[in-house]
Parts: sequence; C-alpha cells; structure tokens
Amino acid sequence: MREMIRLFVVILIFSAVSGGLLTILHSKTEARIEYQELKFVKGPAIKQIMEGSSNDPLVTRFKLKDDTEERSFYVGIFDGDPNIVAFETFGKGYEGDIGVIVAVNVENDEIFGIGMTTNKETPGVGKRIETDVDFRLQFNELSIEESIKLRNDGGQIDAISGASLSSGGVVAAVGSAKEIYKRLKPEIIEKLKGFKT
Amino acid sequence: MAKSAVQEFTKGLWAEIPPFRLVLGLCPVLAVTKGVETGIFMGIATTFVLVCSNVIVSLLRKVIPKGVRIACFIVVIATFVTVAELLMQAFAYSVFMKLGIFMPLIVVNCIILGRAEALASKKGVGVSFADGLGMGIGFTLSLFALASIREIIGNGTFYEIPVFGESFQPFTFMIEAPGAFVSLGLMLCIMNLLGKK
Repeated sequence: MREMIRLFVVILIFSAVSGGLLTILHSKTEARIEYQELKFVKGPAIKQIMEGSSNDPLVTRFKLKDDTEERSFYVGIFDGDPNIVAFETFGKGYEGDIGVIVAVNVENDEIFGIGMTTNKETPGVGKRIETDVDFRLQFNELSIEESIKLRNDGGQIDAISGASLSSGGVVAAVGSAKEIYKRLKPEIIEKLKGFKT
Repeated sequence: MAKSAVQEFTKGLWAEIPPFRLVLGLCPVLAVTKGVETGIFMGIATTFVLVCSNVIVSLLRKVIPKGVRIACFIVVIATFVTVAELLMQAFAYSVFMKLGIFMPLIVVNCIILGRAEALASKKGVGVSFADGLGMGIGFTLSLFALASIREIIGNGTFYEIPVFGESFQPFTFMIEAPGAFVSLGLMLCIMNLLGKK
C-alpha cells in the first residue's frame, strides 16, 4: 500500500511541476505566437486581397462572438471608408479542411476577394487553388445573396481542371462565409463604424 | 568516465547512427524529409528534447520508482516537446507550419524513449548528456542527408534554392510518401554495404 502511495505521489509531483512550467512558458510566448500566426498564416492572404488599402488590415481588426466561437475580422480601409471586412472560413478539401479568407464589401454585400490560408491538398494538383489567380478572381463581385456553385453543379465557378474536389472545398468555404456574414452583419456594421476616419 | 562519455557521443554519429543503424523513429524521418529546412529543424528539435530528457531522467533516476518509470519518462519528454513546440511557434513559425503534427509526435519518437530507458535511467548525467547529444546530432545528420537527396531530385532545389537550370523536370515522386520509403531503403542499403567488412 505504501508503495502505491509513493508511485502516486511521484507521478503527481512530475505532472504538477511539468504543468506549472509549461503554463509559465505558454503565458510568456502567447502574444508572440498569436502575432506569428497572423503574420504567416492569414497575413499573406489578407494583404493580397486588401492590396492598396490605406491601413494595415492585420492591425485594424476586431473580434465578434458567433455562438460559441470567437471570430476575428480584418478591416480594409479604402478612400477613408472602412467598408471591407475579411474573415477566415473552412471548407472540406481532398484531405482535411481548406482555409479561405473571404473579404466582403459591406456597402453592396459583394465579395471583395478571397485568398487561401491553410490546406493539405496535393502539391501540383489541389494545391493549385493557392496559385491559380484566375480561379480565385472568379469569386470577386459575386453577391452574397447569389448561390455560388461550381459549373458542374449548375453554378458559375469554373473548377481548376483535375482539382474539382479542392475547388469544391473553396466554394464550400465561401458558402459558409456567406452564412456567417449574414448572421453577424448588424454587429459587423456596428463595429466598422468605429474605424471611420 | 571522460573517455566513455566521448565514446557515448561518437557512437551516435556513426556506429549507432539513428535512424540508419538503429532503424528507430522512422515515422518522422519519412514525413519531414521533404525539404532540407524541415529536416534540419526537426533534427534540432529532436536533439533538444533528447538531450534535455536524457539529462533530467538521469538526474532523477534514483527518485523514479521502477513501476511507473515509463510514465515518468513520458511526462519529462512531453514537457520538453511542448517547450520546443512553443518556442518554434514563437520564433520560427514558418517552419512550424511545415512540420505540423510531427512536432508534437516527437513525444512518441522511440529514439527518445529508448535512450531514456536504455541509458539515461542507468548512467550518470555526463554520459547521458553525451549520448543524447551524439544521438541527436546523428539523427539530424541522417535527416539532412535524406532530405537533401529527396529535395534535390524531387524538387530540383536545395534549401529552397534552385540547383538545376530551368529545363530540369523535377522527379516529384521523391518528395511524396512512396519516394520517402524508396530513398530510405536505398540509404539503409548503402549503410549496410559500407558497414560490411
């Protein structure tokens, strides 16, 4: 019995010390990690969409509660008006989720642009969703009221040949972005007013 | 003592170089040697964890009860893996993105647990440190060698710098999973030939 207690106490001390140390380290690195994540994962996509904005969309951002999830929104200011709001959504790809940044123009409810963040698609095949500019540009200026589908499903988006599954994943992500936008629009508009210069 | 520490260090570099001689920890070896950069960083992270866990396990070898030693080793290893993961996220995020799931999976790398069980839990701190460092450097060199072959042939680049002219058509097979098996097999074959007297 005493041996049992000894084993228990040793493991307890090991875990407690380890947990304590990691908590300290985590709190020390947290802010840096969040910034790095922004810079490397979402940053390039957001900057690409918001090219020409007068602000840094990675800095001009706000968070909203959507059900249980907290979502980050990035604001693009053009000609002094904070009308563009971008956020990340996911659609199912060939392998795992495809992360897509969708930017919406709140003035006319049109898609301003999309960009890819993370995915595990096959290099040379599905990965082309990242590099194929023409594919990406097809989404621009589509209304969020419109149903967005691949041409094979009777829609308006031409899939990248040989990568229809990955293309479908992007379309699905944009579809869920529309839902999020519709759901949160009043709150987004309210928040955007704060960025008016 | 001093002599045996040197021996412990050098055996990791050739006589027992992982994974070619020990053929342990193959899962990350196959997965992260797509590129030289990920290979080197994986090697450094593994070396860090290996050295730290060897030292701590060796220091605590009289405290750890036999019955729960594996559990204690895993707690120590997992702590250092998390430390390495957080640091890499904070300071080398682009590499962390490429390594992905294989960073946390260092916890179950059999080289690390194997060294803790077979050596560090029985020998002094100096020897354990030398062993960890030797094994770690050996592991890094192996990853570097394998990643060089795969990246040069499979992608035509070395550390993401092109090595061939424009006309080079990369042999993409080499950077996919099957290419990993083939190149690892060939490396093992060469190592066996060299080892034969």
